[in-house]
Amino acid sequence: MNREELIKKLEEVKDKVTAVEQTTDLRIYLSCEAQNAPGICRFLYQDCGCRFVICSCIDADDWFEVLYHFSYDQLGFIITVKAFIRDRQNPAIDSITPSVPGAEWIEREMHDVMGIEFRNHPDMRRLILADDWPQGVYPERKEAKK
Amino acid sequence: MKESLRKPVLAVGPFHPLQEEMEFYQLTLDGEIVTDIDVRISYNHRGIEKISETLQFDQVPFLVSRICGICSASHPLAYVQAVEEIAGVTPPERALYVRTIINELERVHSHMLWVGLAGHFIGYDTVFMWAWKYREPVLDLLEEITGNRNNYGNVKIGGCREDIPDELVPQLLKELDEIEKKTEMLTKAVLDDPIIHARLKGVGILTNDAAIEYAVTGPTARGSGVAIDVRRDDPYAAYGQLDWNVITEPKGDVFAKAVVRLLETLESIKMTKEALRKLPKGPVTVEVKQIPPGEGCGHAEAPRGETFHYVRSDGGNRPIRHKARAPSYVNVPSFRASCIGQHIADVTITLAAVDPCYSCTERLAVVDSHGSVTHDYDALLKLSREKTERIKKEVL
Amino acid sequence: MSWKIKYLKKSPWVFHVNVGACNNCDIEIVNCLTPKFDVERLGIKLVGSPRHADALLVTGVGTRQAVPRLKEVYRQASKPCVVFLIGACPCGTGIFSNGYHVEGPVDKLIKEEDPNAIIAYVPGCPPKPEAIISGVVKALEAI
Repeated sequence: MNREELIKKLEEVKDKVTAVEQTTDLRIYLSCEAQNAPGICRFLYQDCGCRFVICSCIDADDWFEVLYHFSYDQLGFIITVKAFIRDRQNPAIDSITPSVPGAEWIEREMHDVMGIEFRNHPDMRRLILADDWPQGVYPERKEAKK
Repeated sequence: MKESLRKPVLAVGPFHPLQEEMEFYQLTLDGEIVTDIDVRISYNHRGIEKISETLQFDQVPFLVSRICGICSASHPLAYVQAVEEIAGVTPPERALYVRTIINELERVHSHMLWVGLAGHFIGYDTVFMWAWKYREPVLDLLEEITGNRNNYGNVKIGGCREDIPDELVPQLLKELDEIEKKTEMLTKAVLDDPIIHARLKGVGILTNDAAIEYAVTGPTARGSGVAIDVRRDDPYAAYGQLDWNVITEPKGDVFAKAVVRLLETLESIKMTKEALRKLPKGPVTVEVKQIPPGEGCGHAEAPRGETFHYVRSDGGNRPIRHKARAPSYVNVPSFRASCIGQHIADVTITLAAVDPCYSCTERLAVVDSHGSVTHDYDALLKLSREKTERIKKEVL
Repeated sequence: MSWKIKYLKKSPWVFHVNVGACNNCDIEIVNCLTPKFDVERLGIKLVGSPRHADALLVTGVGTRQAVPRLKEVYRQASKPCVVFLIGACPCGTGIFSNGYHVEGPVDKLIKEEDPNAIIAYVPGCPPKPEAIISGVVKALEAI
């Protein structure tokens, strides 16, 4: 797809997206609520042919954000899906691993360091923290102190 | 395989850089064929992303260059590109060329390191010694340019810290000619060897579909026919102005990955020479006073694949979030696709083919169906070398 | 001087341990074995098990997951054993001091295991192979 076609194709998910931000020529950020994120990710991966890069998770005081970064290599575009998880007490979102196998490790890592639950993840085991790291302590959260 | 892992056995192979508990692999066998493989990482986790939040923007490149010693130029470059995106800053032309030169030289010595390791795994210690010997002049070159053999500390937001003096360029070109000759000789020796063909072809195949499914990048992807390369797809530094080719091989076996890496090394030497000749005049840095609120994504093609950094700023002095993804993070899980179904003697070389930034492969143990450790790393290395000996007898 | 110390000084067999390093120091250690520096001609050999080692070359900050392994390796090493801390990380954690997963510095961890441990420091980031060799030789002369 060329640039115009890609931008046009992204409009297919516009009902799930709450905000679109294009910071430079090749960077687009699609904001959405947590329940719509897996659908948009599936669309980008399966319908658009994007490559999954990685996820970032952010503790933004009143909510959590999970960012899914995808790359459309033919044009050098990076499309980021920003999922807002509003429930701070029990943050949870559906896992995208069943449709995007490359996300398996990063979802485990986000669960370890941020405490976000990924529903239906095929193998949610500890990945990155030590065996004796205490349960329920999430080092990437704002309130975590060393 | 989901129960807790056994305590690792302490045996570790000779002269292997990351022989220690960096990651613990567990293989399950059926006879001599691998049926499952799992890995426990965590030994190297230092919590760098959280440390970033305590540092100022211009201190972070020093931190991230130590995420991995052999991709130590790509991580700060990707980070700095992310921040420059937030600030809307474009470094001067000369800085882009200097960045390119340093990154390509790093690619050269990293691939040579890999060639040596691969030789070691299959019992060709001569290849190991040669490759590492021919790597030394590249490290000396980097020391002349940046002052250190590794951890160059040359990238900063807005450009480069140190310039390459114009008087040094003819000497650098001469040294590169020498390095090119030696690399060509090594490439020919490795790629023409019938034993290496017999030992590496058809081994550890990562199919094109699996490569896309696991979202692998770098030579691991290009060796399986997936033609992605950040330098061409989203040109950064001076790559858009140089004349070079993306090297791919379709077969996906260890031999294909070796071909990709060796040919890339030669390509990188050519690119470095071209960049040195074309080095434009001018400053190597612009001043950047403040990073406004915003977010940016920066990526660079490290020797192992795509390094990706995401940075978010709220207008203060420090990043409020910094996500760093090394290429091995997506490349290593693909071992499930390339190792399962392989013979146990091929496991070490298959894992090495992913070039897991050293922090992996070594802690290998094989568990039989009752859960007891049957082979440790030494034993697996021995099996790999014995297979090479058998092939030698058949071929010669 | 006991014969053990005598042979340790003449031809130390070393075991390499990485407890959370970026691998630069590890690569420089292996560079010592390659033809340009070639420490094997000086009698220094890398062994596959701590039980055969006269000296440990430790790199890395000492992450939480790696600490029990480090102590186990030290216990298994035959005494007397010199612990060389290669690089800035084991000498004092350096830029990783704030890390939540970092339990170093390594000399503190080794002393928890054995207060009388012989520890030598070779700082650098990474120390060049010349520096590593020089550090090892100086430390052995001082024993």
